[in-house]
Amino acid sequence: MIERTPFLNIATHVILLSGLVIIIVPIWLAFVAATLTLQQVNSAPIELWPSDQLWVNLQEAWRLSDFGTKFLNTLIVAVSVVVGKITLACITAFALVFFNFRGRMVIFWMIFITLMLPLEVRIVPTYAVAANALSPFQTIMDVTGLTWLIATLSGIEVTLEWNLLNSYTGLILPLVATATGTFLYRQFFLTIPDELVEAARMDGAGPLRFLWDVLIPLSKTNIAALATIMFVYAWNQYLWPLLVITDRANYGLVVVQLSDLIPDQQTTGGGTPTWHLAMAATLVVMLPPITVVILMQRWFVRGLINTDK
Amino acid sequence: MAKISIRDVRKSYGKDQVVHGVSLEIANGEFIVILGPSGCGKSTLLRMIAGLESITSGQIAIADTVVNDLEPRERGCAMVFQNYALYPHMTVAENIGYALKVAGTKKADRLAKVAAVAASVGLTEYLDRRPGQLSGGQRQRVAMARAIIREPRVFLFDEPLSNLDAKLRVQMRHEIRRIHNRIKATSVFVTHDQAEGMTLADRLVVMNKGVIEQVGTPSEIYDQPASTYVGGFIGSPAMNFLSGQVDRSTSSVKLASGDRIEVPPALATRHHGKLVQIGIRPEAMTMVPAGQGTLNATFEFVEELGAGRLYHMMFEDLTIAVLAGDRQSLTPGAPVGLHIPAHAVHLFDADTGKRVEAASLALVEQVFA
Repeated sequence: MIERTPFLNIATHVILLSGLVIIIVPIWLAFVAATLTLQQVNSAPIELWPSDQLWVNLQEAWRLSDFGTKFLNTLIVAVSVVVGKITLACITAFALVFFNFRGRMVIFWMIFITLMLPLEVRIVPTYAVAANALSPFQTIMDVTGLTWLIATLSGIEVTLEWNLLNSYTGLILPLVATATGTFLYRQFFLTIPDELVEAARMDGAGPLRFLWDVLIPLSKTNIAALATIMFVYAWNQYLWPLLVITDRANYGLVVVQLSDLIPDQQTTGGGTPTWHLAMAATLVVMLPPITVVILMQRWFVRGLINTDK
Repeated sequence: MAKISIRDVRKSYGKDQVVHGVSLEIANGEFIVILGPSGCGKSTLLRMIAGLESITSGQIAIADTVVNDLEPRERGCAMVFQNYALYPHMTVAENIGYALKVAGTKKADRLAKVAAVAASVGLTEYLDRRPGQLSGGQRQRVAMARAIIREPRVFLFDEPLSNLDAKLRVQMRHEIRRIHNRIKATSVFVTHDQAEGMTLADRLVVMNKGVIEQVGTPSEIYDQPASTYVGGFIGSPAMNFLSGQVDRSTSSVKLASGDRIEVPPALATRHHGKLVQIGIRPEAMTMVPAGQGTLNATFEFVEELGAGRLYHMMFEDLTIAVLAGDRQSLTPGAPVGLHIPAHAVHLFDADTGKRVEAASLALVEQVFA
């Protein structure tokens, strides 16, 4: 819209600027706190300008939290979630849009309904499955009498067990199993004209060839958008890693680790709260998702508004 | 190169039958145009030949091989789509060469062939562009090149020119004809534009409501339309229709108004008493002073066509169009006489709409009488 409305222009700028202030001030305060000493950060009027302790605080926070291992773990999990999610979403949507099979819409709606069941809602059953990923099959075998049959015939008691607690698999799989990506891909695939599919058929390309040569190149912006969203989502996970990982030293993730630095009764034992370290760690932990968003931003926006055709 | 045999082919979507038993033999190297209004089943028929649509019943054979159950890629057909259907993320060269890439042709061979084909349709300078950077006509050329490079036995065109502007359409029409003359692949071209059909076809197939109304060369179809439908559909401006009854004694058709239109005597004798529709092409009539012609009509308005003028008249409550080369100035409401020569009249059965008898036959009899 191009209009000459000076008053509206001023109003929109005011709204824009106040939004910016609301976002910037907490980050600024975190940054300032990260540069102060223990005494300064706890002194009474709040400090608004940075001091010189940033590097010292960063080193201290990094050492205290053993961030080296945690960053590596988080990176492994986040990248795996991104790759797993994109692959799964892409092939599921491909099957749903381009193939005509029985129960197609039923399956689509079942996937769609899981959008309303985020991990936090189904956390108890998910934990039960993570504790033994084969337990649903065990139950089926028990109920159908298969266990009894095998036990009677061969004398072997069948007990299926596949424990996912304290493993990367356990961290990753439940995060991959969400419908967001499938839905995004389906909507994009639906915009592909039928003629393009037919042209590829006439050119002799089979379904997988079509997926690889035509659909995936065309959905580059979608991939970028989904990758950004999923990376940030996986990086910020707190509740699920807290639950599924008890071996923090080897499998701990950064956000969970960060929460340990937040001063409370337990960490400081009634001593002076170490906000300067907590804030320094926060800055470090924020860095990777922010970098990803900035790098992907151009693609990301195009993927979500779907104008690149 | 291949002939195509279509034998009693039907297509239904659920309970809706859209193609009702079409049979057609297409000779090797022939250029066939299937002409019909939208929804007449012409595109469905083409897509069944291509293999993009399953055949409900009947048989399609290409080069004596029944292809009903073959995948599109196994049929040796290439298709040009209405909206070009170019791959938007590939360059022109990649678009043209994609079929070869899928087929596993070596890169060097492929590039050489792409260059040759692109040169033949005048695309050499555009090989590195993407479809989005091309004009409609250029995209159409890419689509053609993509079909040519596969050296198909059969070329299928699904209304390929309908998205182009009028001038470009004529130009591409000529180009398609030139390409056909050069590579001589059997071609099936679907369109709703009768000018395209008339100019391109070796033989024209007129379809309506899922059945073939008439098959013939463009001039056969123009001169002897098999039904009122074909008569009205082919030819621009469209044929005029009047209804009446054949009368042997005056060798004419008597209209409800009492006017008589002369027809060849042999026809009148054989079909005495029959209720008929008379078809007269606008260019077959001439305007004469009021009272001197076959009919008396009232002038309404005129359309300037440049090469001639189309005069619109009212006769009773019907409009009649007359195409004339001379430029007369008439005032609306002026009475005009219309002369209708006996040999220019097409007779159709009033109930079935089918042609009563081949006009040329009647003409021959009249000449030799």
